[in-house]
Amino acid sequence: MTDVLKVADEAGLVAAVRAALEAGKTLDVTGRGSKRGLGRPSQTDWTLDLSGLSGVTLYEPEELILSAKAGTPIAEIEALLQARGQMLAFEPLDYGPLLGTADAAGTLGGVIACNLAGPRRISHGAARDHALGARAVSGRAEAFKSGGRVVKNVTGYDLPRLFAGSYGTLAVLSEFTLKVLPRPPMAETVVLPGVAPEVAGRAMSAAMGSSCEVSGAAYLPAPVAARIPELNVDVPAVALRLEGFEPSVRARRAMLISVLMPFGAVEVAEDAASAAIWSAIRDVRPFAGTGERAVWRLSTAPSAGPALAAELAETLGAEAYCDWAGGLVWLLLPGEASQAEAVRAALAPHGGHATLVRASAAERAAVPVFQPQEAGLAALTRRVKASFDPRGVLNPGRMYAGM
Amino acid sequence: MTGLRLPEADAGVLARREEIIAALRAIVPGEGVIAQEREMRPYESDALTAYKQLPLVVVLPSTTEQVAQVLRYCHENTIRVVPRGAGTSLSGGALPLADAVLLGMGKFNRVLDIDFPNRCAVVQPGVTNLGITKAVEHENFYYAPDPSSQIACTIGGNVGENSGGVHCLKYGLTTNNVLGVEMVLITGEIVRLGGKHLDAGGLELLSVIIGSEGLLGVVTEVTVRLLKKPDMARAVLVGFPTSEDAGECVARTIAAGIIPAAIEMMDRDAIAAAEAFVNVGYPLDVEALLIVELDGPEAECAHLLEEVSAIARVCNAATLRVSTSEDERLGFWAGRKAAFPAVGRISPDYLCMDGTIPRKALPLVLARMRELSETHGLKCANVFHAGDGNLHPLILYDANKGEMDAAEAFGADILRLCVEVGGVLTGEHGVGIEKRDLMPVMFDEVDLAHQQRLKCAFDAEGLLNPGKVFPTLHRCAELGRMHVSGGQVPFPDLPRF
Ligand SMILES: Cc1cc2nc3c(=O)[nH]c(=O)nc-3n(C[C@H](O)[C@H](O)[C@H](O)COP(=O)(O)OP(=O)(O)OC[C@H]3O[C@@H](n4cnc5c(N)ncnc54)[C@H](O)[C@@H]3O)c2cc1C
Repeated sequence: MTDVLKVADEAGLVAAVRAALEAGKTLDVTGRGSKRGLGRPSQTDWTLDLSGLSGVTLYEPEELILSAKAGTPIAEIEALLQARGQMLAFEPLDYGPLLGTADAAGTLGGVIACNLAGPRRISHGAARDHALGARAVSGRAEAFKSGGRVVKNVTGYDLPRLFAGSYGTLAVLSEFTLKVLPRPPMAETVVLPGVAPEVAGRAMSAAMGSSCEVSGAAYLPAPVAARIPELNVDVPAVALRLEGFEPSVRARRAMLISVLMPFGAVEVAEDAASAAIWSAIRDVRPFAGTGERAVWRLSTAPSAGPALAAELAETLGAEAYCDWAGGLVWLLLPGEASQAEAVRAALAPHGGHATLVRASAAERAAVPVFQPQEAGLAALTRRVKASFDPRGVLNPGRMYAGM
Repeated sequence: MTGLRLPEADAGVLARREEIIAALRAIVPGEGVIAQEREMRPYESDALTAYKQLPLVVVLPSTTEQVAQVLRYCHENTIRVVPRGAGTSLSGGALPLADAVLLGMGKFNRVLDIDFPNRCAVVQPGVTNLGITKAVEHENFYYAPDPSSQIACTIGGNVGENSGGVHCLKYGLTTNNVLGVEMVLITGEIVRLGGKHLDAGGLELLSVIIGSEGLLGVVTEVTVRLLKKPDMARAVLVGFPTSEDAGECVARTIAAGIIPAAIEMMDRDAIAAAEAFVNVGYPLDVEALLIVELDGPEAECAHLLEEVSAIARVCNAATLRVSTSEDERLGFWAGRKAAFPAVGRISPDYLCMDGTIPRKALPLVLARMRELSETHGLKCANVFHAGDGNLHPLILYDANKGEMDAAEAFGADILRLCVEVGGVLTGEHGVGIEKRDLMPVMFDEVDLAHQQRLKCAFDAEGLLNPGKVFPTLHRCAELGRMHVSGGQVPFPDLPRF
């Protein structure tokens, strides 16, 4: 039985980490547990439950900033922003559908710790790009702050961004400040049907290399496209999103259609249909409900993505699709085996990293979930971990074995 | 030099100077090692020119392997190293130390790879910021961050300082536009982070390397994101009777969901200095001037210009001009871009400050700055990246009249004020030596210790750029100590399940 330490404020957080240090115990740092299946399965003594650290503490729409405690449900934050016509521009994905946990259950801390980002990553960056300030408790049981509450700041090391994607291994966030942005009043999706992977890559590259300001670019092979009804196709398709003020979107739609002319005729999905397409792509819904079949997430050079996806689908009997203009490949393997070596070998010539995002705990314990690092970088990573958490109290082993 | 403490020079190192120079010559042959005093002069300061110091020796490597060997040698022999790009830092980040090797990265000046399909370029750190755009503009691409020093400053220095520019409200700082780096640690180890893909993978070390002011490693290659140039840009020039009105106009613009490419503000003194210098037709009877630039497709610019103009009128705009030609737009900018030299013309010396404040605090901060100006007996002109709250007060002084101490004290008061109203010490110029001793205004000892331990993870002996950023030099061993007493009841009053 694991003990659950549920904290209500930062003082409690400090006390909890101190207790673990003193007792020589390790902590599984968790918000509401929605992403517990991500990363290596950690063998911790106690669970540190942050769901009680909840609430938006500062929201100033004109200053484009929002601060909230780490356990605040992300859905609550998004609803608050929506009411003021704003958004988290990095469009954090919801792993609920893919991991088979409840939908929209994540917390701010989890979104930051996993550095989540959706389709708008290509135009607006990831969670880390919107990180401004943090209050946190390190593995030394000390509360500290870094960054600030303004959108432009280079005072000291940018620790808030370092915490993005650290999977809770460096420090436990207690409060985080983010940059927020206006929500575009209009969005639509230009769909280019019937394109082979090679052509899809070139079409996305042409669109991204134009001044159309595309804020979502995905390649969906036929079986995947068929699972997104709003695309209205049963052939492979490229989907490109345009967002902004109406006169601008209209102008860019015309521009994009002419950019895509050499690749074929297009169709346009508007409003709700457009929104549904991108939420499906973002939340990996085409691969939802596939049990424990292994799922990988590959980040690579955009121009390599579509062909890599096709190659992996072919050689491993898998299904794959691309977001991020080709740079993000979601890969669904035919079975529970992760085939880590084959996946990483296929990725290697193009550069990038492959993360095993869904697999049984046994599989995640057996293979490196995160891309293995070169010796020098791995050693540096361990030293950085030790600088914040010298006793290895926080989420030990969650990212790398023995760290 | 006023009371600034720099790390005490290591007498042992100074005594071994000749031997060190010989060893470095064996690594970097020919003109790559500069040891003559006269030839080292150009390196004695950066753009914070009030501080000067000759280095032990200047080394100008041209390959990553040379950098690695130089650093390995320095590490093995406990010799300090100060990295330098073009030396345009305004915070003293590249100020040499008497006992340190000044590692100039100017020979790393090649664009290695331009990859339009992946919208990125791989460049050496000594390539200038504008040089990147020049290399890709034939295809209508550009590198977005645009510090005013962009003709001279290097991408390596931009990475060092996480530099911004007038367009960073919409397009981000250096950190939002760099995909990867190759970096050499003080031990001589070469590490690569990121590349042509998004998110480096593993810990976000890139995020702390960018803005690390040369304290974590020497950057030898940078992969940057390229953007397609917007179809067009247009600007509106608006004069306001009060800075409150101008501030309100900015707040309402953003609240209306508009993120302009740039929003710049100038106060009465800055307007007067700029207009006297470049004569571009700025109104002289207003308290605040805004330049709001919109970019994108023609239809978008036209639409948003109308929206912004309407907002400006509601906010009591006294004058309003919308650019109707590219020449006119550039004219609006000419004054703003010349603000620093214009102030340089009316004052023998000036100090450029760089705090950021929540925008809503602007009227308060300007009023308090006027009081401070009286207290310190010095004038101050303000240019302001109004969209993101980044203030550049220019303090006018005359060093020959002994006003430097007063100017620095005035500057420190302004930065304290920025922090007091919820802002920060530096928005884009970096801490360097200039704001180093003010760090405790923003961060307590525990905050700073967490940052310094990160430094220890990269450079355990503190050999890279010591004396910058951190007000006190702690030994890593001392910082790393941890006291944990056992035997207490763990966590007695927390619920357990
Ligand atoms: C007139 C003027 C206008 C300016 N306008 C702006 C502006 O609009 N926005 C803005 O942000 N800044 C501005 N600056 C400040 C300055 O230009 C920037 O900070 C710039 O990025 C410094 O680049 P540099 O190549 O000159 O670097 P340097 O001044 O040589 O070095 C800057 C720092 O980076 C480190 N460094 C340099 N190269 C490397 C490397 N390869 N590896 C590791 N560390 C390295 C140095 O140790 C130092 O700490 C301005 C400066 C001037 C003089």
